[in-house]
Amino acid sequence: MITTTDLTKVYRTRDREVTALDGVNLHVAEGEVFGVIGQSGAGKSSLIRCVNLLERPTSGSVTVAGQDLTALAPAGRADGGRPSAALRRARSRIGMIFQHFNLLSARTVQGNVELPLEILGVPRRDRARRALELLDLVGLADKARVHPGQLSGGQKQRVGIARALAGDPKVLLSDEATSALDPETTRSVLRLLRDLNRELGLTVLLITHEMDVVKSVCDSAALMRGGRVVESGRVDDLLATPGSELAAELFPVGGDPATAGGTVVDVTFHGSATAQPVISQLARTYHIDISILGAAMDTVAGRQIGRMRIELPGRHEDNVVPIGFLRERGLTVDIPAAAGTARTTVPTEEAVK
Amino acid sequence: MTWDQMQPLLVQGCVDTLYMVGWSTAVAALGGLPLGVLLVLTDRGGMLRNTAVNKVIGAVVNVGRSLPFIILLVALIPFTRLLVGTFIGPTAAIVPLAVGAIPFFARLVETAVREVDHGLVEAVQAMGGGTGTTVFKVLLPQALPSLVAGLTTTVIVLVGYSAMAGVVGGGGLGNLALTYGYQRFETGLMLATVAVLIVLVTLVQLLGDTAVRLLTRHERKGG
Repeated sequence: MITTTDLTKVYRTRDREVTALDGVNLHVAEGEVFGVIGQSGAGKSSLIRCVNLLERPTSGSVTVAGQDLTALAPAGRADGGRPSAALRRARSRIGMIFQHFNLLSARTVQGNVELPLEILGVPRRDRARRALELLDLVGLADKARVHPGQLSGGQKQRVGIARALAGDPKVLLSDEATSALDPETTRSVLRLLRDLNRELGLTVLLITHEMDVVKSVCDSAALMRGGRVVESGRVDDLLATPGSELAAELFPVGGDPATAGGTVVDVTFHGSATAQPVISQLARTYHIDISILGAAMDTVAGRQIGRMRIELPGRHEDNVVPIGFLRERGLTVDIPAAAGTARTTVPTEEAVK
Repeated sequence: MTWDQMQPLLVQGCVDTLYMVGWSTAVAALGGLPLGVLLVLTDRGGMLRNTAVNKVIGAVVNVGRSLPFIILLVALIPFTRLLVGTFIGPTAAIVPLAVGAIPFFARLVETAVREVDHGLVEAVQAMGGGTGTTVFKVLLPQALPSLVAGLTTTVIVLVGYSAMAGVVGGGGLGNLALTYGYQRFETGLMLATVAVLIVLVTLVQLLGDTAVRLLTRHERKGG
């Protein structure tokens, strides 16, 4: 649904160049919720703005719903050039919501939702009907006549969502849409996005710096750092990938991996393995005492997933059989590196984090 | 001079001032609004970025702003004569008043439009809106309270300018204070004129403030 190929964005100021995007290849499948996560400055914001060409990529291409948007943008000017009519039409089929909502304070809630319809040239009566339908969909049917200034943050974002859906888009871009909201409101807005994704088949590309957002709504995720996509894939596949940074950050397990006389093992549960009492089976089968150092369990996209850091007695060499037992049960097993040792695929610095 | 003698002079002065200020405000608004909006749009990062046009408009506005009004008044005499056939009287005074106020209001419009959150512009562009949509559905409606406040300031400045219009026989309250009060030592009339001017300016400011308050009431309620 959304494909970026070798997307590069370089900002040139008088005396230096800043590379915000450095060859980003991203593929968002139709009907999925795709989360791009990264710290500020990682290039997420540039990425999402390049998808609907609010920022013109320096090189590379963006295809949304089979249409090459980069081909619609007049070449030559670095940015700020006037968008062509074709690009404006394409944009009207891509909804977008923002961190600070960006609602017009001079208009009522209904007026805000009608704005994209005015741009599309929808007649007044149809506009009003459609706006009220959309407000009903986001649960704000009774707020049509009030001004955004009188709404709470969560309500404002719901209006933003209703407005983004007015043009009947197939794709919704979410630019840190929940970052200005409290945790409770964040959950309800994410639930709404999830519902819209399911009911309308809406493809959602969201950027965020909160792991919780990825955990609660995303089917797929990408981790960005320094303008590059470091890791990407379906969330459950990532969790099954040994040494995945995203998996480690989604389910941070505590406990110091450097314990004397024991072997510390990170176990990732996913798929059918979650239903089995593996740890007690392991203890019984091999008559060993297992200490649980840390654990994180959660439901990701409707599936139980989790990680656990356990300690087995004896050195690593003594535990080859129990570890094999865990792998046999379909679990992903990782040996986190203690500082100074390098007995794993995970870079030391990341495992300690 | 008795009150009976002063009254018709004051009334006529008031009428002339309102006539001059009213028309020149209307012209200044019509001229300053597009200039101010263009100053923002053609600036770097604007939607119609065009450095040459921006520099030219900026220069014209700056020249207009830096000329003392009294000089402008005299310098424009040929232009005024061309436009209205005479350079004497209230109607002729409207020309230099408007020309003086256009760049003043244009800068206020520029400031007001610049204050509109760029996120709103981005949102409208993401919806597929073009420059026209952005200006008429976002920039101007969102800047309206500031624009009204700017217009209020412009009217008050024009009341002050109109006093100088007396130099070219423009009439009005300022002229009255000057010719009768100052030159003929009619202190009573001068004080009365000043009082009327104070009332006039206060009324304009009050009206403007009320309009701004009405326009922004829904933004402040509840937060």
